Amino acid sequence: MVLISKQSIREYGKGLALIVILLIVWEGIALLIQNNYILPRLGEILSVLLQPAAPVLGGESLIQNTIQSLKEVLTGFLCAAAIAIPLGLLIGWSKEVQKYLNPTIQILRPVPPIAWMPFAIAWFGIGFNSILFIIGMGAFFPILINTVDGVQGVRLRWIEVADTFHATTFEKLRTVILPGALPVIWTGLRVSFGVAWMCVVAAEMLPGTTAGLGYLIMYAYNLGQLQVIGAGMIIIGIIGLGADILFRAGQERLFGWQGRE
Amino acid sequence: MMEPVLSLDGIKKTFRDSEKSCPALAGVSFDVAAREIVCIMGPSGCGKSTLLRIIGGLDYADAGRIDQTSGNKDGKPSAAMVFQDHALFPWLTVYENIVYGLRLSVQNLAEEEIGKRAESLLDLTHLNAFALSYPHQLSGGMKQRASVARALAIKPSVLLMDEPFSALDTFTRRELEDEVLRIRQDLKTTFLMVTHNPEEAIYLADRIVILSGRPAVVSDILQIDLPYPRDPADPAFIRIREQVTRMIQGKA
Repeated sequence: MVLISKQSIREYGKGLALIVILLIVWEGIALLIQNNYILPRLGEILSVLLQPAAPVLGGESLIQNTIQSLKEVLTGFLCAAAIAIPLGLLIGWSKEVQKYLNPTIQILRPVPPIAWMPFAIAWFGIGFNSILFIIGMGAFFPILINTVDGVQGVRLRWIEVADTFHATTFEKLRTVILPGALPVIWTGLRVSFGVAWMCVVAAEMLPGTTAGLGYLIMYAYNLGQLQVIGAGMIIIGIIGLGADILFRAGQERLFGWQGRE
Repeated sequence: MMEPVLSLDGIKKTFRDSEKSCPALAGVSFDVAAREIVCIMGPSGCGKSTLLRIIGGLDYADAGRIDQTSGNKDGKPSAAMVFQDHALFPWLTVYENIVYGLRLSVQNLAEEEIGKRAESLLDLTHLNAFALSYPHQLSGGMKQRASVARALAIKPSVLLMDEPFSALDTFTRRELEDEVLRIRQDLKTTFLMVTHNPEEAIYLADRIVILSGRPAVVSDILQIDLPYPRDPADPAFIRIREQVTRMIQGKA
């Protein structure tokens, strides 16, 4: 899968073409209007990106800010998964549990994670824990919903096979339900990671934060340094893309059987 | 006749939902002797699969008795089942699929013993070269052979098969029917098989149990006295086939 063939270069080329065009248009307009407060030149953004270890605007470096954000995302994401997957297995397995929990879940699900911010600050104070809570809230539901769907999509026949061998409920969960639902759970994790990444940036924009890419963007905004904002956005985008590629590669490797039964 | 390994006595089953009840089995009784191949036939929708599912523990009978001798030392009744769709786990290799039931049914079996049994089943079903392949990499016939191997792994007292070969092409089908006969020879396995194909039933079975239409009772039990291997072109074979076809059509 990782082999770079002529064909895959051509496929990537199709996607890259639009990016190149957008960059040219950007640079063209920036040259025309000559106003750094509206549209900074690409060169200025690039010069920020090319010194990732240097302090930015008198604060932490790009690398340090990125690591801070990644730490928050990964912790929040993993906490959310640790709760959402077992809960999803339970809800998917038991129609009765689903009846009790579903209304609550469906009411909480559409609430934007950032709306929890005042509560988060009141409960956990300013800083890491509050951000974790916000990210967790965002990451939780895609994993939960997909786990429930995954479990409910497991073929009845597979469970019957386990039944003919007198499997206990726990054995069925471990040997059939979990592996059978895993591809869909994985999709939930992929979606969830993207949401978590969006949440971290938003959460860091709130007062009291001192590091992270979201914080950097907000800080640069206050100082009118649009090239730093551009650099921050590019890093966020690239990390999001990278995570998605990793999840997709994992999907292909782990669940190659999907759709080919 | 030898001691029966499976004995059905007055099995009744009615499917009920809120609006109507639909009687499927109205007291089905027959025995299956050790090393016997018994085929169940009958008009479609007469409850053949339901009967097999009840014996396999996937469904409950409303009334009746099932007596089953155990193939295992621990005394658990051990019927294993092969479904029409191979029902292999797509995320497990052929090897892991074959030992799946073994790991669940027989507690504390040494990995070495598991490996040995798997090895001999892979030999028996000619799947050695595919032990580490995944089901989606196998042909239809190979999948069904792996499915049979998985069921045989627990050394069942009776192997239940629900139209196991009906999704396969004619040649693969005959190949697998021959394997059933060979497995019976080698492992002394007992088979109870639902089929809708008279030729398949006569090719394999010692006896054919013919069920009536819904709600089903046993309407005939036909002893097939032709010597193995049987030839479908043999005039005696053809006579029996016509007789069976008539019997089933009369029930619909």
